[in-house]
Amino acid sequence: MEVTLTVNGTAHTVDVEPRELLVHVLREDLRLTGTHIGCDTTSCGACTVLLDGTPVKSCTMFAVQADGREVTTVEGLKQDGQLHPIQAAFKEEHGLQCGFCTPGMMLTGAALLKENASPSDEEVRWAISGNICRCTGYMNIVKAIQTAGQQMAASTTES
Amino acid sequence: MLPSSFEYHRPTTIDEALDLLASLGDDAKVLAGGQSLIPMMKLRFAAPAHLVDINRIEGLDAIEEVGDELHIGALVRHNQLARSDLINSKYHMIAAAAPQIADPLVRNLGTIGGSLTHCDPSGDLGAVMLAADARVTLRSKDGEREMAIADFLADTFQAAIEPNELLTAVKLTSPTGSYGGTYLKLERKIGDYATVAVATRLSMSNGTIGGAGIGLTSVGLTNIKATDAETALSGQAPSPELFAEAGRLAAAASSPVSDVRGSDAYKRHMVEVYVRRGLTLAAEMAGAA
Repeated sequence: MEVTLTVNGTAHTVDVEPRELLVHVLREDLRLTGTHIGCDTTSCGACTVLLDGTPVKSCTMFAVQADGREVTTVEGLKQDGQLHPIQAAFKEEHGLQCGFCTPGMMLTGAALLKENASPSDEEVRWAISGNICRCTGYMNIVKAIQTAGQQMAASTTES
Repeated sequence: MLPSSFEYHRPTTIDEALDLLASLGDDAKVLAGGQSLIPMMKLRFAAPAHLVDINRIEGLDAIEEVGDELHIGALVRHNQLARSDLINSKYHMIAAAAPQIADPLVRNLGTIGGSLTHCDPSGDLGAVMLAADARVTLRSKDGEREMAIADFLADTFQAAIEPNELLTAVKLTSPTGSYGGTYLKLERKIGDYATVAVATRLSMSNGTIGGAGIGLTSVGLTNIKATDAETALSGQAPSPELFAEAGRLAAAASSPVSDVRGSDAYKRHMVEVYVRRGLTLAAEMAGAA
């Protein structure tokens, strides 16, 4: 079945089997391997992408369901060669260790900051509670998301 | 993990969906949020030959009051419930339960219709709807019928819905006067199934309890409506002793099994504790404590 997905702003028409999950098509057809497959059972959030701006688990959605819709993966965060503030903040705050959960964490974090530019610790922890990290203990992830929020607010004020 | 192959259908109207369900019969499954169905298909517990994706049907995602009832469309996502001003201002059990379902990412896709039709005894909304005495609207090409939620949640993973039917809405009577309700959930971590969870509501009428509802999660083969406890509360003045008695009756109505989350005795005890606490909270909200 032919479907058209707009991924990171570019429309792609791909021929998929209905049983192919969105994460398969992103990784294998479009070669966007920044979206990770972790648990493959809807638990860990490593496969998180934004669907029309909303974070969802791409291992728990068929690619055909995303036909005609906008998908943002971690590769789409960078703009004009510049790291997205959340990417810069994860680097700055050391918000990762092995990095496997990081794409999902950053996308969920970016979606949170769109709604709430200065979330409390608790609000960040609540928002990322569908994304599991087995390395960091979450402290620096929370800090990174908050730092990104502050930087985004500061740059909005400047411009 | 790849599910078995299936044919994919994407109707854009309810009539189109009902035509498909009528012609495909037992071979078809309805795909709503997919947050339970897709994992089941990936694990090959489910292998439908046809999937009817209802996500592009308009008009199934409204939360609205119609007369003295609340109507929730089948495609309303859990996060939509959690963020609804109407739900948060008046429908306390739903407001308490919605943000506790699964995790935030699952709540962005999971739907009320899918959740109820999945009929998982550890589903949170099943207990809430039992406590609320909700009804579901089932539509087929032959017409429409309403069913009490207690009848709909018939057996483990087996809702009382025919293959040619689509659940289109969940309805409940809007509370009036002094009332309160909540949903208390014990879980090891976010995203895990409830160890035990309890929905409770009370409405007051001239100093006594006019109506009560209690629904239980993860302590039996289906969500359980604790009818003996509800009956014991009705017409009585709220008191710690009365709520303790309701807790004991609800615990007696539960039949939990021991598993990694706890022993059957522990879970039964937690039903008692949560019913007592939930009723106390509900009474406080109703201004009766």
